Amino acid sequence: MEYILIFISAIFVNNIVLAQFLGICPFLGVSKKIDTSLGMSAAVAFVLTLATIVTWLVQKYVLDAFGLQYLQTIAFILVIASLVQMVEIVLKKVSPALYQALGIFLPLITTNCAVLGVAILVIQKDFNLLQSVVYAFSTAIGFGLALTVFAGMREQLELVKVPKGMQGMAIVMLSAGLLSLAFMGFSGVDGGLKILFGLD
Amino acid sequence: MNYISIIRNGIVKDNPTFVLMLGMCPTLATTTSAMNGMSMGLATMAVLICTNFVISCLKSVTPDKVRIPVFIVVIAAFVTILQLVIKAFLPDIDAALGLFIPLIVVNCIILGRAEAFAAKNSPFASLFDGIGIGLGFTLGLTLLGICRELLGSGSIFGLTLLPESNNILLFVLPPGAFITLGFLIAIVNKLRNV
Repeated sequence: MEYILIFISAIFVNNIVLAQFLGICPFLGVSKKIDTSLGMSAAVAFVLTLATIVTWLVQKYVLDAFGLQYLQTIAFILVIASLVQMVEIVLKKVSPALYQALGIFLPLITTNCAVLGVAILVIQKDFNLLQSVVYAFSTAIGFGLALTVFAGMREQLELVKVPKGMQGMAIVMLSAGLLSLAFMGFSGVDGGLKILFGLD
Repeated sequence: MNYISIIRNGIVKDNPTFVLMLGMCPTLATTTSAMNGMSMGLATMAVLICTNFVISCLKSVTPDKVRIPVFIVVIAAFVTILQLVIKAFLPDIDAALGLFIPLIVVNCIILGRAEAFAAKNSPFASLFDGIGIGLGFTLGLTLLGICRELLGSGSIFGLTLLPESNNILLFVLPPGAFITLGFLIAIVNKLRNV
């Protein structure tokens, strides 16, 4: 039950992009077409889950074990950067088809603050490994959902005549605001679920 | 290029918030009030000045192939220093900005300026580029923070200006960040084209 709560709350209630403002750069940059946004979402889901597992283990067995918590930022960013490189190399060798589909998105993920953000968040929330994995994966789904829905909106927006001053990023920001407003409708759902599952 | 024009370039022509659109995550997340926006801007500026200077000094000894990892380590080191300093001396700011202080590491402005400016120019020019871009970022964040705080809580820098019945809570919440920034970008576009 606890895992269902983490799952739903990470996707809808505390959506990583629209409520927590992590991963805004790819959200604005790769949301022009639904196809590319799906590719980006898959790549993020893969790297985010993997990176969270590795950084959780690093925190537990290296940083905590030796009392080096102050090195968290440096250690995590290095782990994530090398992990992304490694995933790229392995994918190229093992599955060229998947590499074709995800390859161009991988280098962009190193500077996606959602990855580092989630890695730090699961430590702050004091999650265990399984909780961290569920949280990371559902966060990635939430990212994919927001990205894909937004790409759909932007595809429609192409067909509309926009006032001159609002063209470009201005109208994109306003649409993102409306989408974020729609997601605010989910707030309180997690509280309700907590009562329903008797976790409160 | 003289130093004044580098600074002006960072604030006006290459303004990170309204023109380059870099570092959007902290821009949207930390501007719930003018004070928070300004603190985030200044924190980023402090890191940017240091990293620009150090990376520019190191540019002749950094092999081209490993330059990005080198940049990231330098940036992460300065962010860690800043994080410890803020935790020790400014606990209020630490509580307000929270997660977004370590996330300065992945702020695209810093890596972007390292790659686009510091790796090609002299240390002192890079230092001034850091000041210029940092001021531009701080200005953008403070402006956004002022608008959101005024509309959402009826005050600027904690100074109450409007009665509570005029507050629009939406502007302090996440959707308000997107909407306010959208209108500010539209206004800036209009002003730049005059």
